[in-house]
Amino acid sequence: MKIIALAGNPNVGKSTVFNSLTGLHQHTGNWPGKTVSNASGTFKYNNKDYKIYDLPGTYSLISHSEEEEVARDFICFNKYDLVIVVCDAVCLERNLNLVLQTLEITKKVIVCVNLMDEAKKKKINIDLTKLSNILGVPVVGTSARNKNGINELLNNLENTNFNPFEIKYYDKVEEAIDILLPYLKDKTKDLNPRWVAINLINYEESLYKKITNYLNYDLLKDKIIKNQLIYIKEEGNYNVVDSLIKKSEEIAKKVVTYENKNYKQKDLKIDKITTSKLFGIPLIITLLMVIFWLTIKGANYPSELLFQFFSYLEIHILNFLEFLKFPQFLINLLISGVYKVLTWVVAVMLPPMAIFFPLFTLLEDLGYLPRIAFNLDKMFKKCCACGKQALTMCMGFGCNAVGVSGARIIDSPRERLIAILTNVFVPCNGRFPTMITLITIFFVGINGSSFLSVIILTLVILLGFLLTFLVSYILSKTILKGVPSSFTLELPPYRKPQVGKVIIRSIFDRTLFVLSRAVIVAVPAGALIWLLANLHINDISLLNHISSFLDPFGKLIGMDGVILISFILGFPANEIVIPIMLMTYMATGNLVEYESLESLRSILVNNGWTVTTAICVLIFSLCHFPCSTTCLTIKKETGSLKWTLLAIIIPTLIGIILCFLISNISNFI
Amino acid sequence: MYLCDMKVGNKAIVKKIVANDNIKRRLLDIGLIEGTNVECVLKSPFNDPKAYLIRGAIIAIRKEDCDKIEVDII
Repeated sequence: MKIIALAGNPNVGKSTVFNSLTGLHQHTGNWPGKTVSNASGTFKYNNKDYKIYDLPGTYSLISHSEEEEVARDFICFNKYDLVIVVCDAVCLERNLNLVLQTLEITKKVIVCVNLMDEAKKKKINIDLTKLSNILGVPVVGTSARNKNGINELLNNLENTNFNPFEIKYYDKVEEAIDILLPYLKDKTKDLNPRWVAINLINYEESLYKKITNYLNYDLLKDKIIKNQLIYIKEEGNYNVVDSLIKKSEEIAKKVVTYENKNYKQKDLKIDKITTSKLFGIPLIITLLMVIFWLTIKGANYPSELLFQFFSYLEIHILNFLEFLKFPQFLINLLISGVYKVLTWVVAVMLPPMAIFFPLFTLLEDLGYLPRIAFNLDKMFKKCCACGKQALTMCMGFGCNAVGVSGARIIDSPRERLIAILTNVFVPCNGRFPTMITLITIFFVGINGSSFLSVIILTLVILLGFLLTFLVSYILSKTILKGVPSSFTLELPPYRKPQVGKVIIRSIFDRTLFVLSRAVIVAVPAGALIWLLANLHINDISLLNHISSFLDPFGKLIGMDGVILISFILGFPANEIVIPIMLMTYMATGNLVEYESLESLRSILVNNGWTVTTAICVLIFSLCHFPCSTTCLTIKKETGSLKWTLLAIIIPTLIGIILCFLISNISNFI
Repeated sequence: MYLCDMKVGNKAIVKKIVANDNIKRRLLDIGLIEGTNVECVLKSPFNDPKAYLIRGAIIAIRKEDCDKIEVDII
């Protein structure tokens, strides 16, 4: 089997090329967690087997983030038969830098110039034959989204016509390489000695350590080599990468022609509006509101239908279980426990997610998200954090665990930690249904305007943003002291989203993924809660014991013991907080069916809920410990129990303080 | 004049880069070296960062990271 590595800059459609080759479903984009795990796939062509690794997007092989290190290490030290470097046809010059760096390491390179369709639209012509002649390796033009050129790429996999040109550096660098080469020849194993020489001259610590590890030999401890290097270094500073950039420029000048010099103007015109003083920030808020409005409005009816369907089904399942002569205890456990919680989760979560995720993915596909980071960066800088934190927050809307692992796009470890610790202040999809339900019931009325719900929800989210900034700032001034690190952010061209694919992808990759996670925890949680509610000590249920134990504290912060225990039992998944609450209330006497929001309201009100309670639950739902999946992800990403505990303590403490203040102020009024 | 002082619409050539290793590496990533053509194309709602057209890509850079990059307006 032949091994292929797929490399390329971020945002060049590398994953799309990967998908077209392997046919495996994978999400496109440079969000980590999607490609950082070195996704691999296999395919067969002309009766030959291939295994292909999709490396994380990287601008250069002189890495500075973990993701880039993964890509670099693979190309430098792994065994493979071929590297395909995917380039962006619209921005070929910058992409050539990576091609040239790769050619330093291995000869076996195919250059895949992707996004040819977009280049054509922008009237950018690329002479692929000339490029191939200059580079001395095969060059294939593709538009992977439309599967154009993929066959040609496949046909070239066995093309062994590698005759790459050697990059000539400044004379001084070349002299230095010539001095070093004789001493390196028999010490570099299968690494290209010239490449090793260049990296000794252009010393970079982390890469040097990797080379030492690979060779099992510390070249700098070799006296002769060291003396030669000292001699070379006396001659002055050698900038190796500069030469590569200049070479790329030179090559690009020869092969790229622009029929329309102002091809950027259309995008820039849009950007002038989306990043303007007047519209920049309001547009972000408006877009958020539109998405929420569509989600709430669109989810109501299907949710109602699902509820009806599930309660219709319940009768039949009940009859069936009785027909099978199941013991009554088991039937109750399965129906009142497992089935009720499970169906609640599906009915409440599925419709809003099936609307929210595709809408959000559309924005992502369009290329709008980096503009959000651009617009808000100054605020993050003021908090000594990174503008890319805005992107991790956007991911957090879908799922906080995704937001946390997404923080890998932030290079500075300090700023990454800040993004991780504050991500929970963005309400995830598991918490939206709770919030929307409470807002509908207590603030706008069941038949109230969904527009009002949206405004209230947006206010809650803005509070979350405010807390994010505040906590980021405090962290930067206390335990995570530091100044903002350097930051560059690419604003990629807008791309017309492929609506059909977006819907399919977001339903399968995100909606079903999150839903299945919730369902998996809902089943045991439902059973556990039913048991707690139905096992009695001194004639009082266990659940009752626990909730009355928590009750005084709950009352102190404007809620009650039942609400607190629901949040605690909802640790595996926030989606099930409301069903647990209902079940606990119902198990303690007020047995009501919860088929509609109307009955939900009466259950809550009968158990002493007021508007203040609802506000406190809303706030606490925004600020409390992250769910178990997120906590595990935080542990994995930070590798530290201390930070994981802090990620739990900070939001919980803030939630408790806020709720305490709210309930006491409202008592006072 | 420094890169961060450019106004939207200004075009310039980079004359001299003084920066720490971290920023320098990042600038190399986007192909910004001495002699590179840049154009300031956007500024964010709070005036910072600004975005520059560099080798065909639009890149946002904060003021702090480019206040020591000397440019000649053309």
